[in-house]
Amino acid sequence: MAVFPRRRLAAVALAAATALLVTAGCGGGDEPGDGPVTLTVDVFGQFGYEQLYQEYMSANPGVKIVERGTGTNLDEYSPKLTQWLAAGRGAGDVVAIEEGLLVEYKANPANFVNLLDHGAADLKGNFLEWKWNAGLTADGKQLIGLGTDVGGIAMCYRKDLFQKAGLPTERDEVSKLWPTWSDYIATGEKFVAAKTGASFLDAATNTFNTILLQTAGNSSGYSYYDTSEKLVVDSNPAVRQAYDVTMDIIDSGLSGKYGSWSEEWVSAFKQSKFATIACPAWMTGVIEANAGTGAQGKWDIAQVPGNGGNWGGSHLAVPKQSKHQAEAIKLAKFLTSAKGQIGAFKAKGPLPSSPQALDDPAITGATNAYFSGAPVGTIFGTGAKSLKPVYMGPKNQAVRTEVENAVRTVELGQRSPAQGWTDAVANAKKAAAK
Amino acid sequence: MTVQLDARPPATPATGNSRQSSGRLSRFDTRFSPYLYIAPFFLIFGIFGAYPLAYTFWVSLHDWDLLGADHPFVGAENYTRLLADVDFWHALVNTLGIFVISTVPQLLAALWLANLLNRGLRGRTGWRMAVLVPNVTSTAAVAIVFGVLFGREFGMINWLLDLVGLDAIEWKSNRLASWVAISAMVDWRWTGYNALILLAAMQAIPRDLYEAAAIDGASRARQFWSVTVPLLKPTIIFCAIIATIGGLQLFTEPRMFHSGTNPIRGGPLRESQTLTMYMFENAFAPHYNFGYGSAVAWLLFALIAIVAAVNVLLLRRLGGGARPNARKGTTR
Repeated sequence: MAVFPRRRLAAVALAAATALLVTAGCGGGDEPGDGPVTLTVDVFGQFGYEQLYQEYMSANPGVKIVERGTGTNLDEYSPKLTQWLAAGRGAGDVVAIEEGLLVEYKANPANFVNLLDHGAADLKGNFLEWKWNAGLTADGKQLIGLGTDVGGIAMCYRKDLFQKAGLPTERDEVSKLWPTWSDYIATGEKFVAAKTGASFLDAATNTFNTILLQTAGNSSGYSYYDTSEKLVVDSNPAVRQAYDVTMDIIDSGLSGKYGSWSEEWVSAFKQSKFATIACPAWMTGVIEANAGTGAQGKWDIAQVPGNGGNWGGSHLAVPKQSKHQAEAIKLAKFLTSAKGQIGAFKAKGPLPSSPQALDDPAITGATNAYFSGAPVGTIFGTGAKSLKPVYMGPKNQAVRTEVENAVRTVELGQRSPAQGWTDAVANAKKAAAK
Repeated sequence: MTVQLDARPPATPATGNSRQSSGRLSRFDTRFSPYLYIAPFFLIFGIFGAYPLAYTFWVSLHDWDLLGADHPFVGAENYTRLLADVDFWHALVNTLGIFVISTVPQLLAALWLANLLNRGLRGRTGWRMAVLVPNVTSTAAVAIVFGVLFGREFGMINWLLDLVGLDAIEWKSNRLASWVAISAMVDWRWTGYNALILLAAMQAIPRDLYEAAAIDGASRARQFWSVTVPLLKPTIIFCAIIATIGGLQLFTEPRMFHSGTNPIRGGPLRESQTLTMYMFENAFAPHYNFGYGSAVAWLLFALIAIVAAVNVLLLRRLGGGARPNARKGTTR
């Protein structure tokens, strides 16, 4: 007799435990509305906000800021953010969106708070015009994000390796070595001939993207998509031109083939395995994090070959799912203010997108000790206001991935340059159709 | 995991007590309570198994942008596109290739290990525990470490190859080499687990069979192949099925093996992109095409069902080989 009740009890207990587990699994992570507000900020790479958070928290005692994602790369960050947005929960209160993805997110603006409804319109003058416009939806009625940084490009190089190869090490002289990309290649050939044990550059893909954005910015103003959102990967001369220059670089044996952002790439930084890297302003923070304190003072910054260009830069947005929208908007405004942008620049190097910040003595006079005291403020800042943005189409990220992969296959010797181009065009078209 | 399902005989009428209501209650008890007992499994399976399965199918019939608000119905279009998608078939070949390269040596090594552990070793329990240790480590950690070991320029494997005068191997951008590297990871993790299962089965083999074989003059090796292996067949097939399910869904190892830009691709030419990675690439970054990704998931499901069916057929054939009419007499 006693057997049945006990078993039934066990079954009930099991069911109850299961139910408890299920509800516990779904119910976590919600903080009550009163008391101090915790704001989560989602970023990738190096935004340099730590100091600013401290400042903000001491000015606003009711707010606690938690940041996630510093040091992760964009390929880890963006799928996560997209999943959080699609699931309707999980995203931070303030999220960083890179320019290449902004286009995709703008296509579905309902996921984000319209910052124009919260007094952001008054801030328009605080941003470079194109940066402000990039945050607006196509109809101009919703502002998704406030601009953080722009990606003015320079060329970072290792002084010690240049010296070893018998090249000049002073930044002005180095800049004079390469007014154009073919001069850059010629310099690279000299460097390789000196057999320093290092390669001239890290990976052809990074350089390809730099050349493409520069060429596109100086000509049509678009890269893979034209402004009517038609895929022009095979008809835009800028893409082909960038591809051909990159093929010359590969052909001259300049690349170390360290797939960008991979573990090997990071190791190559640490072990001083390459001498130059195309260097958007935000890259300086990445170099410092990867190469470590051991390389302090060994890096310097020269002008990029060719003429200017913009790579990257982000916006801060507030997802609709945030439970503390008002506080989050306030924080986003603070972080993207001229003051916030100057603070971030000083910490990790992302170049302000605010003209006021760019004119500020704190920027114009800024130097970077890690990069041998290079006057980063003038190197990156001078051209920033005349930067010509490159238009990004709806599937920019997917298309870019395909084209860069094709470059990578040539770099690794898996494809000939001609085959690589055929692959790039075919795969880009396929990706755009998905 | 085995659950003891001893079907109790219906409760005999309670002794001495013959109240009407109690009888009805006990009849209710015998008729329905077994269903209640098994309900938790079906409930949980329904929520976490059947519902996602059905929902995924529903999604796969739509043009479903992950972030989009509208999801127009497109019928079987995702499936027809997928069947004509070379990258899909490429991923399928990768998956099967890695599966074969990893499973065959793994089961052979497990068999050999189990045989060693079955002998009178000193500190036997310690050794038996030790083979399971790799299984306890986190897959992601294993994959990251192996990813570094198999690095092109800074990896230890290529360094060792260099020491013995061999050329470095492009572990991440050579299709076969990447399959081997990933298989090494899988085997490192799962060989010990399979060895323990085989060991348990070996210990169930009666000793007198070996004694009889020894009296007949059979050597150790002969005993192993003629006594141990045939009696282990069902267990070997069980291990093969488990390895199949794991192998066809391989994700973490190849995903974490690659790092850098767009690792979900599994190498510049998709050298080691498995089906689950292809599913992820489409459903999430960079394509965010949830419908297409769901279609991949369903075809993967179909593939696993087919392979499982082949396994079951093999099991019947092999298990019944000794006794032609085995099915009649067995309860399983």
